Amino acid sequence: MAIAIQSGASAERWQMLRLLVARKTVLISLIVLVLLVLAALLAPWISPFDPYKLSIMNRLQAPGAAHWFGTDDFGRDVLSRVIHGGRMSLLVGFLVVLLSSALGIALGLVAGFFRGADKVVSRVIDALMAFPDILLAIALVAALGPSLLNVVIALSIVYAPRLARIVRASTLVIRELPFVEAARALGVSTLRIVTVHVLRNLVSPLLVQGTFIFAYAILAEAGLSFLGVGISPDIPTWGTMISAGQQYMGSADWIMVFPGIAIVLSVLSLQLVGDGLRDVLDPRLRKEL
Amino acid sequence: MTASQRDIILAVDGLKTWFHSRDGIAKSVDGVSFELARGETLAIVGESGSGKSVTSLSIMGLLPKPAGRIEAGSIRFRDRRGVEHDLATASPATLRRLRGAEIAMIFQEPMTSLNPLYTVGDQIAEAVLQHEGGSHAAALRRAREMLERVEIPAADRRVNEYPHQMSGGMRQRVMIALALACNPSVLIADEPTTALDVTVQAQILDLLRRLQAESGMSILFVTHNLGVVAEIAHRVAVMYTGRVVEDADVHELFDRPTHPYTRGLLSCIPTAALLASRQRLQPIPGNVPSVLALPSGCTFAPRCALADTDCTRAVPELAAVRNTHLARCIKVTPQ
Repeated sequence: MAIAIQSGASAERWQMLRLLVARKTVLISLIVLVLLVLAALLAPWISPFDPYKLSIMNRLQAPGAAHWFGTDDFGRDVLSRVIHGGRMSLLVGFLVVLLSSALGIALGLVAGFFRGADKVVSRVIDALMAFPDILLAIALVAALGPSLLNVVIALSIVYAPRLARIVRASTLVIRELPFVEAARALGVSTLRIVTVHVLRNLVSPLLVQGTFIFAYAILAEAGLSFLGVGISPDIPTWGTMISAGQQYMGSADWIMVFPGIAIVLSVLSLQLVGDGLRDVLDPRLRKEL
Repeated sequence: MTASQRDIILAVDGLKTWFHSRDGIAKSVDGVSFELARGETLAIVGESGSGKSVTSLSIMGLLPKPAGRIEAGSIRFRDRRGVEHDLATASPATLRRLRGAEIAMIFQEPMTSLNPLYTVGDQIAEAVLQHEGGSHAAALRRAREMLERVEIPAADRRVNEYPHQMSGGMRQRVMIALALACNPSVLIADEPTTALDVTVQAQILDLLRRLQAESGMSILFVTHNLGVVAEIAHRVAVMYTGRVVEDADVHELFDRPTHPYTRGLLSCIPTAALLASRQRLQPIPGNVPSVLALPSGCTFAPRCALADTDCTRAVPELAAVRNTHLARCIKVTPQ
């Protein structure tokens, strides 16, 4: 900490990053995540085959030299489809994090700061959280119609209440802190207190929750696709691939195993990075590292 | 000085601030009156629960709502242009415009009164931008000037530092810089030195005195520490259970304390003479009554050596002992 104190905030951020990657699991998770994201971004250039190209001659080939992850029932290259599927799965996860954060932060700040609004907002949050996640998501997608955008909207509505609760709880604590009263005594407006002083203090819990919601959203999207209510089965996502591969589970398990591994890797890495972030951002846990 | 000569900037008259709770009505402030003249320091002294902090929050319009409400009375404040406002009934927008710009406040807890995530320069700049506008760069320049005014060394570097990089005394200086950034005419200081050690306390009091001499601002100094009062105040109002029980010039109060409560407070202070005579300190018997269940008549009567049945009949008036020396006791003032 001595170094951080001397040269201010940027040094402190480096210090945090160093602490974060000092844990091997977090470092490995970060590397896995970066590789997955890079693969998704560079999909058109790095995938060995066209993920949509049918080849009946090569159908259901086991993993081998030509097709590392094998081929599916239409002879499409599974590796190429996993790489392309990652684009969609990670995109859904990312968009859900953005949209559910926007919703959750807005609701949570209003509920935490204004007592009257809290009564209404908190009951709505309770009601939404009473439904099992996947059931609510299915109902919403069924109502909105299956498309990428609607899956994102549905999952955001499912996960926004979690964030809203965390934001509300933290806001209730922060609004009573002396610096908020001090800001008021300086004539700072309520809007500015909420958006500047309170929100800025919420960044660390939000960052941590964001990584978890990213992971949940990837899982949920896979679940929705598997159940056939998600994104159109023509578009490869990890979920639609598992769904399509289930009928060959006995004879050609590679069709669903590889997208399954991709889901496990991405979700596990996100969770581990989230755990690491939580520990590093919480000074009480930091001491134990 | 007589009342007509004094240039009154803030006049609190019959202020009643009550808290409505499930257990009943807590009359935290129940008829407080005092006047603050330009360039003067008025100390409000009292124990915990005497209503001194609630009085200052009432003036700032920072009462916790909806529990706390101003029930009666007026808080007349004259702003820079000479316009008079009644802060007890002013709109939230008016109060916000006055807060920070005309009336500023510093708090007891310098360790937590600054946002830990912004540099002190940004926080001072925020106050300047809020009231005066202009560019962020200009506001930051003002922030650096303010840090110099409150005698923070190496202000150029300190302006970019975060609160956790500073000591308690340093942070209280920043709080003072923050409060004075827009050159307010009244500064309310709510126990600003209580959380600091004695040497730092003396430095902060020195600083406040010097800043007051420079700018001619008035200070409302809320404290329970009579030693601090003797250091900084021109006038003193002693509060007990939500009322002012004695109001006098600081020398008058220490030389000729009149109300039994004030006398009790002063005899609780250990002095060298007392130590030499090997006498015990004289504590005030009993406890401060709860504001939810105040005794009838004079609320100090149950703890008072002078009290008899006359004292429990009615709340005594705040009456003159001499010139501007007032006390609320039927035994020592002609009623």
